[in-house]
Amino acid sequence: MYLDNDRRPTLTPQLAARVAIIGGVALVAFAVIFFRLWYLQVLSGDRYLAEANDNRVREIKVQAPRGDIVDRNGRALVDNRPSMAVVLTPDKLPKSTAEREVLYRHLGKLLSLRPRAIRKEVEPQLKALPYSTATVKQDVPDQIAYYLLEHQDEYRGADVERVFLRHYPFGQIGAHLFGTVGEMTAEQEKDPRYHDVALGDRVGQTGVELQYDRFLRGRNGASRVQVDALGNLNRPLRRREPKQGRQLRLSVDLDVQKAGQEALAGGTGRGAFAVMDVHNGEVLGLGSEPSFDPSIFSKGISKSKFAQLQDIDNGAPLANRAIQGGYPTGSTFKLITASAALESGLITPDTVLNDPGSYTVGGVTFNNAGGVAHGALALRQALTVSSDVFFYQLGDQLNSNGDGLALQHWARRFGIGRDTGIDLPGELPGLLPTPKWRNALYDKHDTDRPWGPGDNVNLSVGQGDLRADPMQMAVAYAAIANGGHVVRPRLGQRIEDSSGRALQQLEAPAARRLGMKPEYRQAILDGLRGAASEPGGTSTAVFDGFPIQVAGKTGTAEHLGRPDQSWYVALAPYPNPKYVVAVTDEAGGFGADTAAPMARRILAALFNVKEARLVQGGGPSD
Amino acid sequence: MSSSPVSEFRERGIRILPIDPLLLLAVLGLTAASLYVVGTATQDDIPGDPNYYLVRQAGYAGVGLVLMLIISRFDYSRWREWKTGIYGLMIVSILLVSAIGFSARGSKRAIEFGFINFQASELGKLLLILSLSAFVVDRMRRLGDRDTTSRIILLTLFPAMLVITQPDLGSGLVYIAIALAVLFVAGTKWTHFAGLGALAVAAVLLVLVVAPAAGVEVLKPYQVDRLTAFLNPTNNPAKEGYQINQSLTAIGSGGKTGRGNEATQTRLDFLPEHHTDFIFSVVGEELGFVGAAIVLSLFALLIWRALRILTMAKNLYGALIAGGITAMVMFQVFVNVGMTIGIMPITGVPLPLVSYGGSSVLVTFMALGVLQSIYARARETAYAKGL
Repeated sequence: MYLDNDRRPTLTPQLAARVAIIGGVALVAFAVIFFRLWYLQVLSGDRYLAEANDNRVREIKVQAPRGDIVDRNGRALVDNRPSMAVVLTPDKLPKSTAEREVLYRHLGKLLSLRPRAIRKEVEPQLKALPYSTATVKQDVPDQIAYYLLEHQDEYRGADVERVFLRHYPFGQIGAHLFGTVGEMTAEQEKDPRYHDVALGDRVGQTGVELQYDRFLRGRNGASRVQVDALGNLNRPLRRREPKQGRQLRLSVDLDVQKAGQEALAGGTGRGAFAVMDVHNGEVLGLGSEPSFDPSIFSKGISKSKFAQLQDIDNGAPLANRAIQGGYPTGSTFKLITASAALESGLITPDTVLNDPGSYTVGGVTFNNAGGVAHGALALRQALTVSSDVFFYQLGDQLNSNGDGLALQHWARRFGIGRDTGIDLPGELPGLLPTPKWRNALYDKHDTDRPWGPGDNVNLSVGQGDLRADPMQMAVAYAAIANGGHVVRPRLGQRIEDSSGRALQQLEAPAARRLGMKPEYRQAILDGLRGAASEPGGTSTAVFDGFPIQVAGKTGTAEHLGRPDQSWYVALAPYPNPKYVVAVTDEAGGFGADTAAPMARRILAALFNVKEARLVQGGGPSD
Repeated sequence: MSSSPVSEFRERGIRILPIDPLLLLAVLGLTAASLYVVGTATQDDIPGDPNYYLVRQAGYAGVGLVLMLIISRFDYSRWREWKTGIYGLMIVSILLVSAIGFSARGSKRAIEFGFINFQASELGKLLLILSLSAFVVDRMRRLGDRDTTSRIILLTLFPAMLVITQPDLGSGLVYIAIALAVLFVAGTKWTHFAGLGALAVAAVLLVLVVAPAAGVEVLKPYQVDRLTAFLNPTNNPAKEGYQINQSLTAIGSGGKTGRGNEATQTRLDFLPEHHTDFIFSVVGEELGFVGAAIVLSLFALLIWRALRILTMAKNLYGALIAGGITAMVMFQVFVNVGMTIGIMPITGVPLPLVSYGGSSVLVTFMALGVLQSIYARARETAYAKGL
């Protein structure tokens, strides 16, 4: 039954050869596999082991809260509050665009956002950082966060993250000092000082938040977890706790700061103030009105809201007028004119000049405020009654005396036209008008006339092209009161741990020497004291009944076509002043009308004076 | 023939037929390795039932061993008489699966029979070996004719195309490998193989280059992607390249002696199909180079014994069957292992005896039973001849 050709009793040479070939093929294949395995497992084993660990270990950032900011008495000015943010987790996010749109629609309904707005918010974040979460909305109410967590199927890819938001217990108080926090900008990303900051982290963007960011910024923690291929958490591996940033103690006194801002808000609502220790430059208060609520920045601010905060028609609330407001200072400048005249030898403290009520130079007649004639007076008296004509004469003479730059020279020494060097970013130097400056403008046809003696006359009483801010004026006045030191204002006092123990004292840089004779300073100080206390003094009425002895100067700066700007700079307590207070209200009228009462309110807070009622303005005198 | 010593031997009912101990050793060793690796790799796959796959694989192996022993007692030459029926059974079962089978990941390959999902393409491998070898023996006198080679190839391509369209590309390629091996062992001329090689190159070009350019889809795009991904796995790490990268990472991270319980690539599901197609990656990760080498050595032992049995076979039919079975095992081992170490395309070929799966395990055991049968008859004949 078996066919003949099935017989194959012995192994033919041909079959033997072919079996050998099959065996050879097997041998070669096994050899290839063995060498490949040797390469993969023995030679590259460590690399693949690292890759396998990379696969399974995810590091989840745990945000570190920023350090608190406290006032000089340890009261919290800025702290943190935990909040919930809705985020998208790339691992769990649907891959298809259609599914994502569905998610955006669901989320939009839950968070009352337009799906398109969510997409515009989220996709750039995901593109920039493919492995970290993208924030959909900050500061979501707890109920919504819990609803989302309980309905994960409906919102696959969305998650809730606990974050810390900056919290400002006193609202708009001190907003300009603290400044804002926001996500690291592109420039900061390249800055080596931010090398340890993770993308998307919030850092200080303005104010002391920016200035002292390296202390305030905490160190993020990380939670290392093992995940499976679907990104599901398998088990936690290790956790590095986040470390809160250092606490920053400011020299600011909350009561003074509050008093200043409330006083300003009670005026025309546009102005600024600065309060400083004349000896060491510690700033006890620095404010600008209108102010803003810095907490809106901590959640991420919209473009339109930001534009609104910068719009001058709204008073540009973001501008810090105390260090950025360039204003003519009115008669508060007379302190500098007096110093220049004394030091140039034009006058002594007792040189008597006549004030007939007006002064004509270059065919232009300059009048005293209100047209009053003060008659014959020396420096102290001239400061007390704020005689413009007295200082017009000095301004005119300073313009023709020597190089004609003595006024500018002394103004610069006092810090006009230059940064005070305060530890607050964004300071502007203002403008100190000089012949060179005006003539250069004239050569470029940017102005209609070259420098003339009238310019110096204007400058002598703080009018014309002069631009200065309250902080600069405070520094200048402090130099008269502290023995001739041009101090550098400081806000930061020290860095502390969270319990308030000092870790590092923030050293104040050395002050500049003014180089002015003590008797001249004393004469000026006495004149300022007279202005606030003697009959006929410009602010005597304002400080009537005030228990602290104040020396101070009013100022009324004229603006074309706008109400006058009110100024007051006070030194107290006389005769050995410890504090300087500079206040201005952009449209407050006479210095004694608005700025001086504001200064009194601030001084009351500074010296803990209980005032029975708010003091009204002191009438039209400058 | 009743006077032959063999039939005398048989008639006397002495059925203590010998069995190849080394082949048995290789089979038992691979089965043990399979149970260990499938057991550890799938601990977390079915929540609440850590031993789901282990229990089933053990069941398949047990049934397989019994089947192997039964088949080895049976005279393989009988299969030759039933060649047409066997071939027909193969075709019908494949068609049946295509018609009523259920889909697993988009390909219709199996019919569910309670305990086991019957994969006709797996059984087809053995049926093809048995029937094709018989056809070749029938035409042995005309082996030099081109006609013979063409017929055998056509008889193979028909079922191969059927399973490729299921689609199960891997099994289709195994069929072709089987046919080539059977022809090769039978002694088909080299010129015929050269011609077939040229045709194969032309076909591959047609399928992968010309047809897509002309807008005809012969292979599904995912099949093309899988076939070409191994050439550059980092090209598309998210999709086709993903499996290869994860497999390389798994094997590489195993190092010299393996990661044992720390085999995170497997345990955390980074390695896809870790109990079936990528079981060798699990061997590499959990047991390291040493474990992989042991498993490969067991396969080498198995292939050596298969080739030895080929040379011992008492008749040509036995030799051709042995050649076919050798080719079936070799091709699957090299393609599967090659795939896991990134030197072969992903074709969905299981690792014989080691990969989880009832059809594959049972069919491999049955094939090895046939091999043992060839061994037994050869030893019986030799004994009868007084050798």
